[in-house]
Amino acid sequence: MTTTTILDDLKKKKIHALLKEGQRVDGRALDEPRQLIIDTGVIPKAEGSARVRLGDTEVVCGVKVQPDKPFPDLGDRGIFICTAEILPLADPAAEPGPPGEEVIELARVVDRGIRESGMVDLKQLVLEKDKSVVGIFIDNSVTDYDGNLFDACSYASVASVLSCKIPKYNYADGVVTKVEGEFTAPPITTVPVSVTMGKIGNNIIVDPNADEWACMDARITITTNEAGNICAIQKGGNNGFTPEELVQCGKISIATGAKIRDMLKKAGRS
Amino acid sequence: MGVKKTDIVLLDDKGIRCDGRKINEPRRIMIKAGVLKNANGSAYIEFGENKILAGVFGPRDVHPKHLANTDRGILRCRYHMQPFSVGERKNPAPSRREIEISKVIKEALEPAVMLENFPRTVVDVFIEILQADGGSRCAALDAAAVALADAGIPMRDMVSACAAGKVADTIVLDINNEEDQEGQADMPVAYMPNLGKVTLIQLDGVLSPQEYEKCVNTALEGCKIVYEVQKKALQEKFFGDSQ
Repeated sequence: MTTTTILDDLKKKKIHALLKEGQRVDGRALDEPRQLIIDTGVIPKAEGSARVRLGDTEVVCGVKVQPDKPFPDLGDRGIFICTAEILPLADPAAEPGPPGEEVIELARVVDRGIRESGMVDLKQLVLEKDKSVVGIFIDNSVTDYDGNLFDACSYASVASVLSCKIPKYNYADGVVTKVEGEFTAPPITTVPVSVTMGKIGNNIIVDPNADEWACMDARITITTNEAGNICAIQKGGNNGFTPEELVQCGKISIATGAKIRDMLKKAGRS
Repeated sequence: MGVKKTDIVLLDDKGIRCDGRKINEPRRIMIKAGVLKNANGSAYIEFGENKILAGVFGPRDVHPKHLANTDRGILRCRYHMQPFSVGERKNPAPSRREIEISKVIKEALEPAVMLENFPRTVVDVFIEILQADGGSRCAALDAAAVALADAGIPMRDMVSACAAGKVADTIVLDINNEEDQEGQADMPVAYMPNLGKVTLIQLDGVLSPQEYEKCVNTALEGCKIVYEVQKKALQEKFFGDSQ
């Protein structure tokens, strides 16, 4: 889009040269994600919240829980909606206004990973079938950009949901009332972990930072559940993967996901 | 057929699916190249109940100009569903789903198109879903790739797409609408058959690592079947029926 500056070009050459030696710009191993710091309960007015730092990428996430009408064809299920937004203060290239295709994809991929894993048992969030259900609304705001927003937003969402409290509601004669001071834990069935990998040349790297993100040929985000199964995939970028690379990425996502899952669970408990 | 959703048998004990197909049998695929007069290239596809029209314009001047690239051309793609293409009327404004699909289709085609040959220009791909069945993004991609070739735009390879998925605990090829709604997993895949590269892969639904591998391979087999149909469509357009 914008003209390539000399600096970007030099960075790109450096990244490619280092990868030939099996090294990355920030000294990580190819399959090593950046340091992940998760703080939960950072927004007390939200029913669940988290601030996640993945390297220098930072996301604030809040969960609001409120009663709502169910979707017409899904009267026996609660509502689960997960969004993502890049705030204008996060990146000089970000602008306020309606979301572009990148941001729409980000939000949909984060939502899909958690939804398809069945993390929250939505059937337990029904107050009155076809009439009233509990809605879980997860909103991610990216506050600082250093690449790989997919994983940062996914971790923030999962940690927020794990730490969230569901208020108790009573339904009678079409009226929903909230029971003050009474909460339950959300009905969690599994903890999904998203792992995004970039392909640069013939190298697969885990959790690309902004510089790597800018020069990768293709990327793939794979979400796995606690049983070590794959529940969502999204490929992106202007090049392809060989079938062998896809299998390799599946294995990396399961192995890397297991380590991150422990951190998410720990953060969700605190 | 007036059958209630819950009554559908997705896979019977003889291994026959709800629309009578075998496990690794795709739906009927028909592609016709060069169906529009004004577009530089075009194609019409019927993939099961999907009916999709794709038109390609370009390489041409970029508007707005600031989007132009000095060292290579750009590819733009619009996947759009007609309001009458689905059961309940669809709002004609592009939905978030359509914007995401437009993006993944663009990224699936881009590795094949030799955009470095056309700096400062754009190739526009417009896809209109006239009737949607399951797997419309794959069918749309198949038509778009044929339309690009029909427009004479230099390509490294064809792009062929087909989905696979998990239905009644079995990996099956080419998920239809009912199987998408009631099944356990759906994995659309696009593939450059000669270069051996997967340019689109998405998944929703749970698969074990073994099932994942099998699902990818099943989808690739489907892509190869689609590739033959795409080639035939182009042969018919340029050499008549003799081939």
